[in-house]
Amino acid sequence: MSRDSLRCIFYIILKDMRTYYLKPPSISWGIIFPLAWTLAFYLRHPQTFAQLVPGMVAMTAIFSTTAAEAVVINFELRVGSMERLLLAPISPGGIFLAKLLGGFAFGFLMTLVVAIGSSLALGIHLNVPIFLLVLIFSLLSFASLGAFICVSVKEIFEAQTLLNLPRFIMIFLSGVITPISALPHYLQYISYLMPLTYTVDGFRHAISQATYQGINIWLDILVLLVFSLAFILPGRRMLERKFE
Amino acid sequence: MLPKNEIVLEARGLTKYYGDFLAVDNLNFSVRKGEIFGFLGPNGAGKTTTIRMLTALSPPSDGTAYVLGLDIRENPLEIKARIGVAPEISNLYDELSALDNLIFMCQLYGVPRKERVKRAEELLEIFNLKDKRNTLFRKLSKGMKRALTVASALVHRPSLVFLDEPTSGLDVLSARSLRMIMRRLRDMGVTIFLTTHYLEEADMLCDRIALIRSGKLVKIDTPEGLKASVSEGKSLEIRFRNGNEESLQELKKRMSPFKVTILNGERVRVYGDDIGEICERITKLSKELGMELADIFSFNPTLEDAFIELTGLSPIVMSIEKEGKVNVTG
Repeated sequence: MSRDSLRCIFYIILKDMRTYYLKPPSISWGIIFPLAWTLAFYLRHPQTFAQLVPGMVAMTAIFSTTAAEAVVINFELRVGSMERLLLAPISPGGIFLAKLLGGFAFGFLMTLVVAIGSSLALGIHLNVPIFLLVLIFSLLSFASLGAFICVSVKEIFEAQTLLNLPRFIMIFLSGVITPISALPHYLQYISYLMPLTYTVDGFRHAISQATYQGINIWLDILVLLVFSLAFILPGRRMLERKFE
Repeated sequence: MLPKNEIVLEARGLTKYYGDFLAVDNLNFSVRKGEIFGFLGPNGAGKTTTIRMLTALSPPSDGTAYVLGLDIRENPLEIKARIGVAPEISNLYDELSALDNLIFMCQLYGVPRKERVKRAEELLEIFNLKDKRNTLFRKLSKGMKRALTVASALVHRPSLVFLDEPTSGLDVLSARSLRMIMRRLRDMGVTIFLTTHYLEEADMLCDRIALIRSGKLVKIDTPEGLKASVSEGKSLEIRFRNGNEESLQELKKRMSPFKVTILNGERVRVYGDDIGEICERITKLSKELGMELADIFSFNPTLEDAFIELTGLSPIVMSIEKEGKVNVTG
């Protein structure tokens, strides 16, 4: 990738953060929504709140990362601003990457706030290297999933509706609230087809450390990487085709 | 820096298909350094598709073009870094101010950090937008948005600028101001590739004009050359009070060998040297066909006449298709 493209990607991310992400709707969707869900489950079945933290942090990661992707991609395609970006020395693939990394950066910021806040408030010890590793690959897969869905449809409402489908299904099937082992057998197979499953598992490793027996942490990371590539490659091609 | 009279843009067999539809058909032309090159044609003629290919936004299906010596197929990013483009729609960022939009463009084009604000301020001054520097883009008037879009194409001081319908939809004063800026840019040595559907604007501004219809190049010449190619004599425009298409077609047939163009249901243009004979025959034929003469005046052939002659289209196609009005006054 050329120096011109890298510079464009950097400034597009900064511009998107300023104009779309760091706004009350994205922040509330990214933080307040997962917090409210977690509290609702906690009040329904009071238990140790700390056990819900990995799921809450994972929810923050997916909801904040994908909070504004429909606007960032579909709105800009619709009003022609994305075409304006393409006039600069950057390829459609570079723009896809910039849009995806904008969500990544916002998700990183929001998830760190929630993770550090939870850790300080509840006295939870966090294995920082494992947490960051899982976080980075999770955000990449969520951002690429969001960008892939957005470029596959035309309208903002279509993108938002389609984005909600995997987001909400994953909340119930990825071990965020209910452990996967407690799900019916056939649903467990579906759980392992969802990236959030590996994020929650990875965060449990980072938070519970040796006491947690889940999927191998390196397998979590590998699967998240595979998910990322599976969304990035066709998503990028679809965006390129829109400008041909 | 390219030497004067150097070719800065050369299209070689440029062709574009959308599925089975041939949008641009084997275009061959070149643009010289420092000229305003007009690219004229009605809606759907292939102007914007051509610009999209020349600015490396969309790859050609066949053929290629060399922009500032670089092949659009092989060096799209290098070309984008060196040219300026103001697209047909004003598509800057609603949530950014006029100044911030220009600074963002400076960032994309790699303008050194220290110079960004200075350059943005300079452009705001040139485009009479200094008072609006902190106004959000969405709150600017249509004319100001257009001006800012053109300004954004100049942040990195490109030597070749593509302006796609820059004055489309602007009020008279904004359009005039933008035309003055285009002339200033040319005087500064910037080459301008201009598409417009305003024939008078092209006549006033362009050093050379390419006429395009249905994706095909019809003719390239200077405005004077195009006008001269229509007729070496005079034109008469005649308006009939109760004209109709059928009678005018009959009149056209019976005016032979004089060339007649029907402008609409009540106006025709007749080209020829012998004004006296034309007037005599028109008077006689109008009586025979039951039409009453309303106005008759003569003038030298205009670019509009050249357009009609060379493309076979009415100039009304150009003005009405876009927005139903023509706003060229100087």
